[in-house]
Amino acid sequence: MNDMTVAQLIQALRDREFSSVELTRRYLDRIAQRDGDLNSYISVAPEVALAEAEAADRLLTGDNPPALAGIPIAHKDIFCTRGLRTSCASRMLDNFVPPYDATVVERLRHAGCVTLGKTNMDEFAMGSSSESSYYGVCRNPWDNRRVPGGSSGGSAAAVAADLAAAATGTDTGGSIRQPAALCGITGIKPTYGRVSRLGMIAFASSLDQGGPMARTAEDCAILLGAMAGHDARDSTSMDQPVPDYRAALSLSLQGLRIGLPREWFGEQLQPAVADRIHAALRELEALGATLVDIDLAHSELSIPAYYIIAPAEASTNLARYDGVRYGHRCDSPRDLHDLYTRSREEGFGDEVQRRILVGTYALSSGYYDAFYKKAQQARRLIRQDFLDAFSQVDIIAGPTTPGPAFRLGEKTDDPVAMYLEDIYTLGVNLAGLPALSMPAGQVGGLPVGLQLVGPHFGEAQLLATAHQLQLATDWHLSRPPAPTATGDAA
Amino acid sequence: MSWETVIGLEVHLQLATQSKIFSGSSTRFGAEPNTQASAVDLAMPGMLPVLNEQAVRFAVMFGLGIQAEIGRRSVFDRKNYFYPDLPKGYQISQFAEPIVGRGEFEITLDDGSSRRIGITRAHLEEDAGKSLHEDFHGQTGIDLNRAGTPLLEIVTEPDLRSAAEAVAYLKALRSLVLYLGISDGNMAEGSMRCDINISLRPAGSDTLGTRAEIKNVNSFRFVEKAIQFETLRQADILESGGRVVQETRLYDAERDETRSMRSKEVANDYRYFPEPDLLPVVLEESWIAQLRSELPELPPAKRARFVSDYGLSTYDAGVLVDSRALADYFEAVARDCGDAKIAANWVQGELLGQLNREDLDITRSPVSPAQLAGLIRRILDDTISGKIAKQVFEAMWQGEGDADTIIDSRGLKQVSDSGELEAMVDTVIADSPDQVAQYRAADAGKQKKLIGYFVGQVMKASRGQANPGMVNQLLARKLGDNQQDA
Repeated sequence: MNDMTVAQLIQALRDREFSSVELTRRYLDRIAQRDGDLNSYISVAPEVALAEAEAADRLLTGDNPPALAGIPIAHKDIFCTRGLRTSCASRMLDNFVPPYDATVVERLRHAGCVTLGKTNMDEFAMGSSSESSYYGVCRNPWDNRRVPGGSSGGSAAAVAADLAAAATGTDTGGSIRQPAALCGITGIKPTYGRVSRLGMIAFASSLDQGGPMARTAEDCAILLGAMAGHDARDSTSMDQPVPDYRAALSLSLQGLRIGLPREWFGEQLQPAVADRIHAALRELEALGATLVDIDLAHSELSIPAYYIIAPAEASTNLARYDGVRYGHRCDSPRDLHDLYTRSREEGFGDEVQRRILVGTYALSSGYYDAFYKKAQQARRLIRQDFLDAFSQVDIIAGPTTPGPAFRLGEKTDDPVAMYLEDIYTLGVNLAGLPALSMPAGQVGGLPVGLQLVGPHFGEAQLLATAHQLQLATDWHLSRPPAPTATGDAA
Repeated sequence: MSWETVIGLEVHLQLATQSKIFSGSSTRFGAEPNTQASAVDLAMPGMLPVLNEQAVRFAVMFGLGIQAEIGRRSVFDRKNYFYPDLPKGYQISQFAEPIVGRGEFEITLDDGSSRRIGITRAHLEEDAGKSLHEDFHGQTGIDLNRAGTPLLEIVTEPDLRSAAEAVAYLKALRSLVLYLGISDGNMAEGSMRCDINISLRPAGSDTLGTRAEIKNVNSFRFVEKAIQFETLRQADILESGGRVVQETRLYDAERDETRSMRSKEVANDYRYFPEPDLLPVVLEESWIAQLRSELPELPPAKRARFVSDYGLSTYDAGVLVDSRALADYFEAVARDCGDAKIAANWVQGELLGQLNREDLDITRSPVSPAQLAGLIRRILDDTISGKIAKQVFEAMWQGEGDADTIIDSRGLKQVSDSGELEAMVDTVIADSPDQVAQYRAADAGKQKKLIGYFVGQVMKASRGQANPGMVNQLLARKLGDNQQDA
């Protein structure tokens, strides 16, 4: 049962090598042993998980069990789960138990998945290190003095440490890909509109997209197939057929044109990481792909544009947390103004408050044209760069992050240094494109991520490319070292 | 100095959709608090709006009804402010790209003159909930049943010049939306709420004065009174050399005055920006053309047709087209009885009179168009007189059946039998020797007046059923005959 991929577990469950209840117990035991140190889960749900596993075992004895019957997974605590506290890692929602499932949760349940619990993250998904959680920092299983990345750091850490077979994540500016890179797993942010946002707590509505995080591209293909598809309850969900991503994994890379943006291989990129990325690109060449240098001329606009648009949307998305209907309410408010200010001051952490202030400022009368409108213009230029690039190449490749996992606390007092973590990932969200991150070797014992970006709805090609590369290499098979007795890795 | 009042109106019209503009909750009025509020209406985490197509259809129908520009592409925006009955902390509205652009609206005043009022725009938005301050000691109750109800905000140019014009506009607007079937226009239940922008300027000037905005006035009468009060208030200020402050005011119906809403807050900055949870609304030409072809005949066209086809006066036609149900009722009666003018008189006279007395809408009239036409036919064929007809109408109103049944059962048929009438006339003449003598002594001019007494007596004897024309003829002959005899 140890260290198996979702694809292998599906087969093993069908072959009755073990039951879903046995498998689920094994994950719950591992969580109990390991997660005190990692803190990758905010909530663990043994009763729910075992009940779902029993139900899955019954389905597995029948004809045509659903695709993921009995597979234990974890959900980022940003996805609403009926009857199960959904906190978004915020004190604001510490007491919030949704009466509904997010569409993603509903679809994965329908596909037979077992819910182990809810994973840690940056508060309201605002961050790149999972250090801003109300429930404490999450640690990187490769080195517990280091961050797992963020904001989906709990999901990445849990999968890397084999505390879940796979997990859901969300990606607004890199929040699936960056932690996947830093924890040595594979994660894909789908095209904007590919996966329903209903029941996924909003950070920046025009950028947020949910996706799977798992050990392999094949696992991501299986999970994405279950998560994706039109949802009439999300107006930005696209009514596009969902291809059979798993069947498409065998697509050949012969003749595949891969664009390498010059802007992604500049000074920011740590040389050791660059070496790993080039090594991975040589493997792709060996598999028949052609490498082409391209330009994404407006890349440098990504960070300023993103840090206007995302906070602007967040500042109003988070206005609903006012202490009136649900969530944190301050004790004995004197009046309405006191109710609002104290509930929000107490309920939101520093980074969330910082972004609300920045976003409110950017949308204010007199500043709107200089900030929000300009940022939208930059966004169009960035998107156009990508569209132009895709007239020359099939996919784009480069590093996911400038360096491997950094130390806990290293960037918490320097928001801009933290924002630069997402320098290669933000543009993809601004353009609404699909992109994945996959392991590409290590630097100093820490994993490094290769990022692949595709044209809109080009997930199948991305997953196939990653899968072919994983068939030819073994970077994705590396596992974090076992924890030492003190819980202090290497 | 003489002042000109300049008024612009913003009407929040509740659209008559079954469900809310961005959720599936019912919009029914008067339900128990918070029983019509879904997770979307409560702005629960992760919930998303989905646009109700019917609200878009209704907005476009309105735009077509006033020959306005229709936004082929319109965009929803967030209007951000905190208030306990605004669950998301923003209202989804339309700002830069509304669904309905410029249009025009014709109003007819009581003196029969008409004016064209410019419509600046109309946009879709969601209503907020209600804050209930009574019943909760020192606290506020929130009812979110109304939150998310679709509204069309209709904004006029500053084209109105008096309270009477403002009311005429509102009545015409109400009539239009009822014709279109896009709203119930019920002001008492808040389906039409009005903000009044009002300023004064010296007569003849063409620059606008400083305006005050009177918020949320919810009846025609209050609109009229609020404007009258505000006009005098501003005139007093200006005439004593003062300056009108640009501010939001409230109309207090109990004291019949407007009052400044003394709010501590400075100017609101709503931080409008495009709503990222909704796609722009893009309308196809064919869809708009389809809606246009399905529009009903609207009041101005119907009024013109009633004048030309039925020979009605503009005023009468105006009364009859006020509501589509009334106009339909009238046309049914006119077609059925074959005399549009008498039909118009009866509908406007007896029928509307009785409906008003009992505060009933035309759609609830106990007398059907077929029944009223049946009654009119009996007047036209001399079965009953106009006077008896009113009795029959009363009986029909009370549910005693159609005209013929009532005439039969009550024996109200007009007496036109010359023998029977002659006998009655003879009796009256025989019983009134003094009056006969007086009549016979009078000259022709006086006789015309005096004959009325005899007619009255005969009608009385016949319980009103004698054919008055025939009675007159008979009397004139008999009284004249006897004179010759004498």
